[in-house]
Amino acid sequence: MAESDNIVVETAEKIFADLADPQTINNDRKDSWQAPLWRALSEAGLPLSWVPDDLGGSGASLADGFALLNAAGRFAVAVPLAETMLAGWLLAQARISSPEGEMTVLPASPKDRISVDTDGALSGRARGVPFAKTAKHFAVLAHGRDGVSIALVDAARARIEAGLNVGYDHSDTVTLDKVQPITIKPAPNGFDQTILMLMGGVARSLQIAGALESMLDISVRYSNERVAFEKKISKFQAVQHNLARLAGESAAALAAATSAADAIANARSFNDEVYLEAASAKIRCAEAAEKGGGIAHQVHGAIGFTMEHILHRYSLRALAWRDDFGSESYWAVELGKLVTNRGADELWPLVASR
Amino acid sequence: MTAALRFDPIRLPEKCEQLRKEVRAFLAEEIAAGTFDPHKPNREDTDAPEFSRRVGAKGWLGMTWPKKYGGQERSFLERYVVTEEMRVANAPTRRFFVADRQSGPVLLKYAPEHIKMDILPRICRGEICFAIGMSEPNSGSDLFAAKTRATRTDGGYLINGTKIWTSSAHIADYMIAIFRTSPPTKENRRHGLTQFLVKMKQPGIKVNPIGQITGQYEFNEVVFTDHFIPDDHVLGEVDGAWKQATSELAYERSGPERFLETYYVLTELVRAVGPNPDTRSAEGIGRLVAQLHTMRRMSVSVAGMLEAGKEPVVEASIVKDIGTVWEQQLPHRVRDLAAFVEETASNRETLERQLDFAIKTAPKLTIQGGTTEVLRGIIARGLGLR
Repeated sequence: MAESDNIVVETAEKIFADLADPQTINNDRKDSWQAPLWRALSEAGLPLSWVPDDLGGSGASLADGFALLNAAGRFAVAVPLAETMLAGWLLAQARISSPEGEMTVLPASPKDRISVDTDGALSGRARGVPFAKTAKHFAVLAHGRDGVSIALVDAARARIEAGLNVGYDHSDTVTLDKVQPITIKPAPNGFDQTILMLMGGVARSLQIAGALESMLDISVRYSNERVAFEKKISKFQAVQHNLARLAGESAAALAAATSAADAIANARSFNDEVYLEAASAKIRCAEAAEKGGGIAHQVHGAIGFTMEHILHRYSLRALAWRDDFGSESYWAVELGKLVTNRGADELWPLVASR
Repeated sequence: MTAALRFDPIRLPEKCEQLRKEVRAFLAEEIAAGTFDPHKPNREDTDAPEFSRRVGAKGWLGMTWPKKYGGQERSFLERYVVTEEMRVANAPTRRFFVADRQSGPVLLKYAPEHIKMDILPRICRGEICFAIGMSEPNSGSDLFAAKTRATRTDGGYLINGTKIWTSSAHIADYMIAIFRTSPPTKENRRHGLTQFLVKMKQPGIKVNPIGQITGQYEFNEVVFTDHFIPDDHVLGEVDGAWKQATSELAYERSGPERFLETYYVLTELVRAVGPNPDTRSAEGIGRLVAQLHTMRRMSVSVAGMLEAGKEPVVEASIVKDIGTVWEQQLPHRVRDLAAFVEETASNRETLERQLDFAIKTAPKLTIQGGTTEVLRGIIARGLGLR
């Protein structure tokens, strides 16, 4: 596992190791680990990492928050840490204070739209909203006659149809029908739903990269333990080459995700260069989730296909995370349009921009 | 934990961007002057000695080396920028590329001082071309099975045997090769090979061209018959070449040339598709660009590790594995998408001609400089599997 080089990540990793040990929580059929984990994360101020002190958060840097999400991916934590962080970040864009407790963001898909009418009431439907069912508040990006607004909404005011993604985490449909928000403010100039989707996509990319690091780790360990045909399966060249490919996918995902995070953390605006970074991260990490996760399962054989084994906690979540904030095929189309609009001779300057 | 693989996001410093502008301006001038055609990718045909000298005059060869040997003491990241801009422009780099990337650094590390003073400045001036003598008719990936003998004689060695698949040997002034000075030992089958500096175009060396499936004659068979090499041309430890090979690999395996070899077909596809792509073309191009961007960021990251004095052999092997598989598949993916390009696209012929060449080039990309299988073996060792 990558060594932590900042205090935020160190704190989080200690909490995850104590309260979110994958084998322990996998054995816990009642999910009784979730409440203590959330409590510890909240006491450490982690869910509101991206909220400035004066808005009720702990005011960590974007970079530290991204590193925290990568660590969360390595533990495949099934609490709305990423979602609450994103919600707090979105609210802070409009200088709205974050309340305590679990939050999530909507819309969570580039195709959904929430609208705001002249009275400030919100309407619309958002599909695939992660952890909406357990959230106390929603951070909402809405479109109205005067442009884009950001609102804090009491989750109890929305209609929620519960669902589960392929990783068995809540992914729900949220319908707002003329809901009056707790607070609503205009978004800053230039801020739009695309930026929210890119930010959410990079968060998911970091989580996928973290999950792949762990999948590589447990696959290598398993191959060094499991004996077949009278030797460890790690000694078979076919297995070695599969694991080398998994290492490549894991490395590519980590490189793409951390590069995009670094680009956003240091960007003055969401220009084409940042768009390339963020969209590429989501596309490449989603591809790696499929290819890398497939290899991890192949190495584990039947045991990895059981609920008792921890592998699915990583492999299925990594697959599920592909869908949030725009799938890889969505971003590929958008990136393809950006590239063709700029023209053939502007492709290399874009790729070589940093 | 096994996964210590890190690819930290390196941001190229400001001086790199200034340099990039200079390189682009220089290449634009060369193109305007007719030195090469950026739309014509088969630059391996083109030996461009004058271009090589002009690149040297710019200070872009051996640019990371000490000034006393003609270098510029600039960073690996600056060298990276020069390399990728040349590659993307399809500039004719064959004459100087191997010397700059690989041979020079080996000489810097292992050659005696008077040889360094003699040869390195000439590499920096773009005057001399290097080849690499590794493979033999019966040893390719299994490097340490090499049999070409270096037999002790007065003041040096006599070389007998054959190297093969040696790129540029027909134009090279020098070769850095490994020859057998002792038999392998029971304990260490890698023992007994020694690295030598070979002066080409000398008695006892015959270079026979070999036709490639692209139609080019770019690699060769090199036959040594009692060819004399003086003692001071031994590079490093006698019988100990195996200890010297690893650091070279990180340079050789992570550069932009390991994923940009067929890049031109992507540019040309974007041109052919135009500003209003259908969904299929847009998605195809978007995925390819995302994959390309990711590999470049990994490759730049390895350049940053080299700059920091590390030897990222496993990371470099990952870049070459993913990069060469990608550049090998790229012409085929572009062909898929090109099938839907309008007949009227103005560059249709150029694209088709490029695809024809790229598809023929593709098979070699996962073989040269370390096969996919060898690379995955190295990665597996890094993971603690062997």
